[in-house]
Amino acid sequence: MIDNIIQSETASTLTSEELQLINLELSHVPQKSGAAIDALKIVQAKRGWVSDECLIAIAKLLEMSAEELEGIATFYNLIFRRPVGDKVILFCDSVSCWLCGCENQKHKLSEILKIDYGETTKDNQFTLLPVPCLGACDKAPVMMVGDDLFTNLNSSKLEQIIAYYRKEGEK
Amino acid sequence: MPTIIVDGKSYEVSRGKNLLEACLDAGLDLPYFCWHPAMGSVGSCRQCALVQYRDDDDKHGRIVMGCMTPAADGTRVSLKVDEAKEFREAVVESLMLNHPHDCPVCSEGGECHLQDMTVMVGHRDRRYKGKKNTHRNQYLGPLINHEMNRCITCYRCERFYRDYAGGKDLAAQASRDRIYFGRHQDGILESEFSGNLVEVCPTGVFTDKPFLEDYSRKWDLQSSPSICSGCGVGCNISPGERYGRLKRIHNRYNQEINGYFICDRGRFGAGYVNGDKRTDYVGLKEPSGTFKALKRGEVSYHLTRWIGDGNIVGIGSPRASVESNYLLQKLVGPSNFSAGLSFKEQTILKRQVSILQTTKARNPSVKDIEMADAVLVLGEDLTNTAARIALAIRQATKNKAIAMAKEMGIEAWHDGAVKNLAQEERSPLFIATPASTKLDDIALATMTLAPEEIADFGLKLARHLTEGDSEDPQITEIATHLTTAERPLIISGPSLLNANIVESAAAVAEALVRSNQNTQLSFTSPESNSIGSILLSEDQNLTLQKIIEGINEIDVLIVLENDLSRRLSAFEMKQINASSAKIISIDILENETLEMSDMVLPAASFAETQGTLVNNEGRAQRFYSVFPPLNDRLPSWQWVIELARAIGNKELSAIESFDEIVELCAKNNNFQALLSVAPNKNFRDHGLKIPRQTHRNSGRTAITADVSVHELQQTPDNETPLAYSMEGLNRDQPSVLTPFVWSPGWNSNQSLQKFQAETDGPLKGGASGVKLIKSSGSGVSVACDPTFSFTLEKNFWRLVPIYSLHGSEEMSYHTKEISQLAGLPFIVLSDKDANNMKVSDGDGVVVTGENLKMSISVRVSSRMAEGCAGYSAGYNEIEQLTADAHVQISRDNDWQPLKPVVIATDRIASFKSQDSRHV
Repeated sequence: MIDNIIQSETASTLTSEELQLINLELSHVPQKSGAAIDALKIVQAKRGWVSDECLIAIAKLLEMSAEELEGIATFYNLIFRRPVGDKVILFCDSVSCWLCGCENQKHKLSEILKIDYGETTKDNQFTLLPVPCLGACDKAPVMMVGDDLFTNLNSSKLEQIIAYYRKEGEK
Repeated sequence: MPTIIVDGKSYEVSRGKNLLEACLDAGLDLPYFCWHPAMGSVGSCRQCALVQYRDDDDKHGRIVMGCMTPAADGTRVSLKVDEAKEFREAVVESLMLNHPHDCPVCSEGGECHLQDMTVMVGHRDRRYKGKKNTHRNQYLGPLINHEMNRCITCYRCERFYRDYAGGKDLAAQASRDRIYFGRHQDGILESEFSGNLVEVCPTGVFTDKPFLEDYSRKWDLQSSPSICSGCGVGCNISPGERYGRLKRIHNRYNQEINGYFICDRGRFGAGYVNGDKRTDYVGLKEPSGTFKALKRGEVSYHLTRWIGDGNIVGIGSPRASVESNYLLQKLVGPSNFSAGLSFKEQTILKRQVSILQTTKARNPSVKDIEMADAVLVLGEDLTNTAARIALAIRQATKNKAIAMAKEMGIEAWHDGAVKNLAQEERSPLFIATPASTKLDDIALATMTLAPEEIADFGLKLARHLTEGDSEDPQITEIATHLTTAERPLIISGPSLLNANIVESAAAVAEALVRSNQNTQLSFTSPESNSIGSILLSEDQNLTLQKIIEGINEIDVLIVLENDLSRRLSAFEMKQINASSAKIISIDILENETLEMSDMVLPAASFAETQGTLVNNEGRAQRFYSVFPPLNDRLPSWQWVIELARAIGNKELSAIESFDEIVELCAKNNNFQALLSVAPNKNFRDHGLKIPRQTHRNSGRTAITADVSVHELQQTPDNETPLAYSMEGLNRDQPSVLTPFVWSPGWNSNQSLQKFQAETDGPLKGGASGVKLIKSSGSGVSVACDPTFSFTLEKNFWRLVPIYSLHGSEEMSYHTKEISQLAGLPFIVLSDKDANNMKVSDGDGVVVTGENLKMSISVRVSSRMAEGCAGYSAGYNEIEQLTADAHVQISRDNDWQPLKPVVIATDRIASFKSQDSRHV
């Protein structure tokens, strides 16, 4: 019965699809808090980020305190606790990319987008974040836009990529 | 015992320790931050680095963390080698990168572990020139101040708050140099033990907020060895005073009782000592009904004129010292003396004492409770009635984890590993109460029962343990856990005012002890000297109710530190008021009893006098004054002597010192051991008195320079071996006379380890406190046959008391911060009852009974016994509600929720505009 109450309380915040996916994860773990990261990812996948309301709703569902879940959410820098743009650009600044001159590419990218690390474009289309390695060092410098990986970056490539996504965004 | 070699010198160390503990035990100064003797090691701060060598030939060695390395036999290490020293200095330098240079305005300054360690490693010059991190601080309630910038990320706060004390609303957030320890949002910390963060934090992130508002440096505080008077557990405390004001309370280590931690009532609940409700002068009631303040010189004249030689009856108090109670009993004679308890309280407490005097089970200290490996709680919400015991039970549930670790060869101090191994495995804890408790989260099973049902349940269990006749699966399960445990503990107490519960707890323990001699039986006691009062008046049965019956034959009624309105109904109070008996009240704070007295004598609080208190296990402990009483206040026992002089009682009039009272009292059979509780006033430590002030106490010669340039004489203390002075020796004396801890290079409370015989071990000054209750071991005879039941009555509810750490206790309630936290009185209803009544949380109900009709706010709980209604016990506004009363409860349709006392910060509003936590 308690479960029903919790579900109905959180239902207003979390969608039934999210609840379904989280419940599926719950069936795989011995303790509810074990599904914390997956639950956060599920919610973020649909909404782009995890709001306070969602965080509290997930915490209730997993029988955790908001503090405990917040500790997990803020520990991982790919769980976003603030709104992000439609596409998150993860720009690698790790050692291989640095050797291959990623700093210049980053300047170029910032110039195109008119934003720095941690910022979102005014039209809410892009958020730029640094990332320590995307596992494609042989093709450095690299970055990810949303789920797409782009390698061997140079100025013209960057312009093309951004132009492509801007167009996509307009559709 | 293993021998370790540190820098070429051999040291014998106790088995099962880590290198950090071993070095500290050897008297070596090895800096540390995250290790805590009660919480073990996690190796997060990297401060206790030393170099370990394989053997004699190994000249290079390797850096290891002292707290994470076992001190095995033959371990060779070096503290002094440059590599280790540089490493430790570098750790402090890196911690200082973001630490602000705000020591002069930080309330931790002067007792800061970070300061001590920085000096110890020799780090002086900061090379870092960059910007420091700035965090947003949170509002954490009226007790704790938050200053996150000072954090050095040792994780001690989170480990204490969550892992040790079971709090949920404080956690580490973010990662690397953005780590933040706090709540999800601004708000009052929920744990009853939050105050320990002040002492656990090695720097000034969490500090004592009331102390901050009325601040003095540690070295300027005058301290004393004292005992908390907040409840019956008797935690040892070290209160600090300056300018005649009680400034703060710190924990005072007692291995058997509180160890390193006390509850928030104990730490923050003594502000009433400085409050405006204190009685200052002798008051004589004039015909107009107002009090006239008498000059000190006039008092004895008025007393003599006034008392005469009529029939004098004395009412003692469970919150007054043994000595004060004893003296009053001696003055009025045993048959005219009442312990000052209501009939129910007296009956139950007396039974508790008689059980403890005969039981075959062990009567455990708090430390013993921590060692239990299966616990059954009958009828007590321990977190709110004996908070320190609840904290001990939380540790007891970890004994399974420690046992699992032992099997794997993991030492108990290896905290992270032990927790990781055990996951959710806990030693079994069973709780039978009428309402939810704060230990429910770690209980294997909770039972929501009405008081009679708890007693019935206990007896059923006891019968099953002896005869094995029950088929109730829950009873058989609990019985299995209790019988297979090595050190089972049954704990109960008087809080539900039901004697049968106490009886049933004894029955279970007696049944268990037949097969297991390590069975423990413990009872809580409600007030600081409840058990002392009972031991004193063991043979007498003069209850308050009996005094009222014969009130018209009494000429003078002397009430000692007892607000009778908390134990008597309004009707009974009226009877006393209407009688011709003259009432003399000796008390600390204004209260209803004082209001109706004819003469008021202002008493010294626990901070201004000495005395002995007997805790729940029957342990007598001495507390000492922190500062001399102000105004015309006198210790209660001195007032009783004044009364004796007025009456012409030669024996008592001749008493000149406190020690004489102790000697007299020791003639009472139950108090023979009283003489060994503490040394008498002639004790000297290496020929010197023991100073209450630190050797650095500042401004002694200048403190009154605005009045006179002559140095004031220090107030002499002729009653104790302690002095109101900085001269003397705070070293090598018995523990009972240790006012504060300090050692060269160790200015923080971590200097405690210099006073311990070994880390986490007994104090060098020996144990303090003497058990007055020793069991004869003859066994308790309990009738296991009775059955009790609770019948639901339509439209009637049974009132059961619900206790709050903040609010239920008489004295602490008069502390500003505590009364804020106490909030408004409430009624707790089961969700089923609430549903039928159509009320929900925050709605109002009308409670109607005999001479009773009031509207109260409602809390709905899924763990509240049906047919019972919990009421917030001890709240003055609803003092007409009494345990076991039958009342009608209905929805209050005109309920206007009263506005709670607003606890907020002016900073909250300004924060709302900024959503970033990390700037």
